[in-house]
Amino acid sequence: MIWRLWQILPLVCLCLLFVFVSSAQALTDSHTNSREELARQLSEKSWDKLEATITELSAKGDDESQKLLTLWLSGQLFIEKSTDRLVIGNRSGRMYLIADPITDEALGEVKKRSLKKIKINNRLRNAIRTALAIWDLKSEDPDKRLQAVKETSRNIQAETLAILKAMLKTESDEDVHSALTTAVALYHIQHGNDELKLQSLEILSESDDPIVRSALESIKTETKNKEILLGIDSALADMDRRQDYYSAIESVFFGLSLGSVLLLAAIGLAITFGVMGVINMAHGEMMMLGAYTTFIIQSAFPSLMEQSLFIAIPAAFVVAGTVGILIERLVIRHLYGRPLETLLATFGISLILQQAVRTIFSPLNQAVSTPEWLSGSWIINDALSLTWNRVYIIGFSLTVFLTLLFIMHYTRFGLNMRAVTQNRAMANSMGIPTHRVDAMTFGLGSGIAGVAGVALSQLTNVGPNLGQNYIIDSFMVVVFGGVGNLWGTLVAAMSLGVVNKLLEPWAGAVIAKILVLIFIILFIQKRPKGLFALKGRAVED
Amino acid sequence: MSSVKLSSTTRGKGPLSRFLLDDPAGKWLLIAVFAISIIVSGLNLLAPEGSALHVSSYTVTLLGKYLCLGLLALALDLVWGYCGILSLGHGAFFALGGYAMGMYLMRQIGDRGAYGNPELPDFMVFLSWQELPWYWQGFDSFLFAMLMVALVPGILAFLFGWLAFRSRVTGVYLSIITQALTYALMLLFFQNDFGFGGNNGLTDFKDILGFSLKSDTTRVALLMCSALALGLGYMICRWLVDSRYGRVLIAVRDAESRTRFMGYRVEHFKLVAFVVSAVLAGIAGALYVPQVGIINPGEFSPINSIELVIWVAVGGRGTLYGAIIGALLVNYAKTWFTGAMPDAWLFALGALFVVTTLWLPKGVVGLYGQVREKFLKPSARTQEQEVVDHG
Repeated sequence: MIWRLWQILPLVCLCLLFVFVSSAQALTDSHTNSREELARQLSEKSWDKLEATITELSAKGDDESQKLLTLWLSGQLFIEKSTDRLVIGNRSGRMYLIADPITDEALGEVKKRSLKKIKINNRLRNAIRTALAIWDLKSEDPDKRLQAVKETSRNIQAETLAILKAMLKTESDEDVHSALTTAVALYHIQHGNDELKLQSLEILSESDDPIVRSALESIKTETKNKEILLGIDSALADMDRRQDYYSAIESVFFGLSLGSVLLLAAIGLAITFGVMGVINMAHGEMMMLGAYTTFIIQSAFPSLMEQSLFIAIPAAFVVAGTVGILIERLVIRHLYGRPLETLLATFGISLILQQAVRTIFSPLNQAVSTPEWLSGSWIINDALSLTWNRVYIIGFSLTVFLTLLFIMHYTRFGLNMRAVTQNRAMANSMGIPTHRVDAMTFGLGSGIAGVAGVALSQLTNVGPNLGQNYIIDSFMVVVFGGVGNLWGTLVAAMSLGVVNKLLEPWAGAVIAKILVLIFIILFIQKRPKGLFALKGRAVED
Repeated sequence: MSSVKLSSTTRGKGPLSRFLLDDPAGKWLLIAVFAISIIVSGLNLLAPEGSALHVSSYTVTLLGKYLCLGLLALALDLVWGYCGILSLGHGAFFALGGYAMGMYLMRQIGDRGAYGNPELPDFMVFLSWQELPWYWQGFDSFLFAMLMVALVPGILAFLFGWLAFRSRVTGVYLSIITQALTYALMLLFFQNDFGFGGNNGLTDFKDILGFSLKSDTTRVALLMCSALALGLGYMICRWLVDSRYGRVLIAVRDAESRTRFMGYRVEHFKLVAFVVSAVLAGIAGALYVPQVGIINPGEFSPINSIELVIWVAVGGRGTLYGAIIGALLVNYAKTWFTGAMPDAWLFALGALFVVTTLWLPKGVVGLYGQVREKFLKPSARTQEQEVVDHG
């Protein structure tokens, strides 16, 4: 037997080779054919036919079709007029670089005229998105699957439902599983019988997705069944209740972030006021200097954009702190015991600093960029998401606060500072160099204002008026919180921020602010020295 | 501080004769103000246009504006210089008086507005309001409007002062809440639906008491009214501070607790000064508005009120006439700078704040005394010159 096998081996090989070559030939043929066919289909004018093509591609389910659909969606898919083949087109100057859509092989540069873009409209975009989402349903990444389930649930077809149901059995990720349940329920409530509708209502009343809400609202207008109507009403009421709850959380969060900004702006002021009895009207301009320091650092090192804030924070502290010490040495030193005069002198300084910035830079706002890691938001669920920059500012201001608290209570300098706050004359006779403490305090307060300026540069416009917009609010915080107590400033800033944001929905932003101002004016009548006043004989007068 | 001391020759005489004999600086200042106003008015009306002597209507109005601001500074000096209340919200009283006058002037427009509505001012037509809000009722009458010019700032000052002085809010705290007051009012008046024209304020005035605001005679009349108001205001303030009441006021400024322990109701004394001052500021605003032709919420801005403080400080506080001189000087400088080199104005103003507080605690009117003092022996210094240093 063996020899016979040996005999026919060449033949077999020959045969195999033939079969292989011919089939390969056939494969390439069919491949080319389908590509040409597809190009023809894609150049159709009728939207219906184009949509049919999408369904066809999506049914194929191979990577190639997925890639084509993605390119189509992003508007990069073209037909080269001369050869009638599909290409990727990327604009480069006045020409288009074209490439093979499958292999990405570069095919040269052509004029715009020789390409024809594959048509697309909103209906097709939605169809493509759904088709692509079905691919993503099989993805390894749970986030991608979750996104895909949400995408498909916008408009579920019977075929998609089958896929979703199959997934439901094997899905292990909790979030994806609940999204799947919601999606299936959403299909049932739209297309199922009354019993199924009632069952799915229970599931849907747990959801906060706006898609579910609008689906329920549209069913409410159509259905006649009393039981379902009642169910929808109670589900909507549930959603409203949760919505109110989340929006209350959101208001408090906004309030805390506003309070953190106020805290940053006011805390330096509180220290100088507490120690020296000086209202520093130029405090806002110290923040402005900090913000401009950020701007300069970003312009000087454009490559370090992501790290720019970490460089800017110490730089702003040094810049504003130095200016603060200079102001103290040159002007305020001569005005001790005359707090109202220091108010006027520092106001004059603030005018000079503002005009200096206008002259050196420009009266216009400067563009300060936000690093990547600060943008975007923290999505907690469908109804609640918090922006990262606000989350970071809360953390940042608390860090600054705790650092100051540490300095005040655990360093020699802090001890001196507290002594001078409580009784300047006594501190002086105990050998505390009060003048040096004053200068250092003023430098510290101004430096913190500079750091606050770095944070503000990420939240508002950086211009010569930046400081002015915050100075009155900072005064209010200091006066409300009381002198010589950092905790007072913290409580005052946070409560003013939260109250402001809670009033805003029903009073409007401006009226809310006015109400807060009136509240503070009245509050001062009740407690002339603020929330947490220092008690003792020395601070009475 | 010779003005504070009652000389033996004038004791027991009427306030006017006391004023004439005991306050030469104030007397000469008022005479100068009247003389200049009359000369400027005369040259504007009588000298033919084009002749070298002719004074433009612009100058007449400018002088009128300065005098109004002088009256405002005088009002602030009454509370700051004599009572130690540094109000950073006096611009609010000025603006409220201005708004009351502006409302009267708006009603005078009648159907000559851009929309030609005989009942409603243009901005209300624009907001498609149907009828006049209640708080605009009555402003057709000049007398009612003038009453409001005095009453609105007066009542606000009374309420605010009554609350603040009763709870013994003093010093920096008081300054900051007055600033909060004017800031809150500014935000409120910026609201379009608040009913006072929002951002744009009140403008496009046509005439006052039937006289066109554009005519030279009306402008001259307004200038003379401003001069008269300044003169009367000055005499009222002088009479107040020279009276027994004024002497207690100064005691409150210099040693509040001690005055209280002596049995005086400190808050009442402060309150009277604060209300009188607010009414004067309101009148200044009412005279200012027809001359500049517009009133908008910007007048409430805290910056304006702080700038006002520096006029008084530059002139010399606690003298009354110094406040007027300061207002005239700083505003003249402002006009000159904004014309000649606008960018330098804020530098100059800022420097003025610093220089005045550091080296001119008694302002320009105290300069002579300061120089003289330098060359006298320390023992020759009178005690009362120290009084101004408190605050």
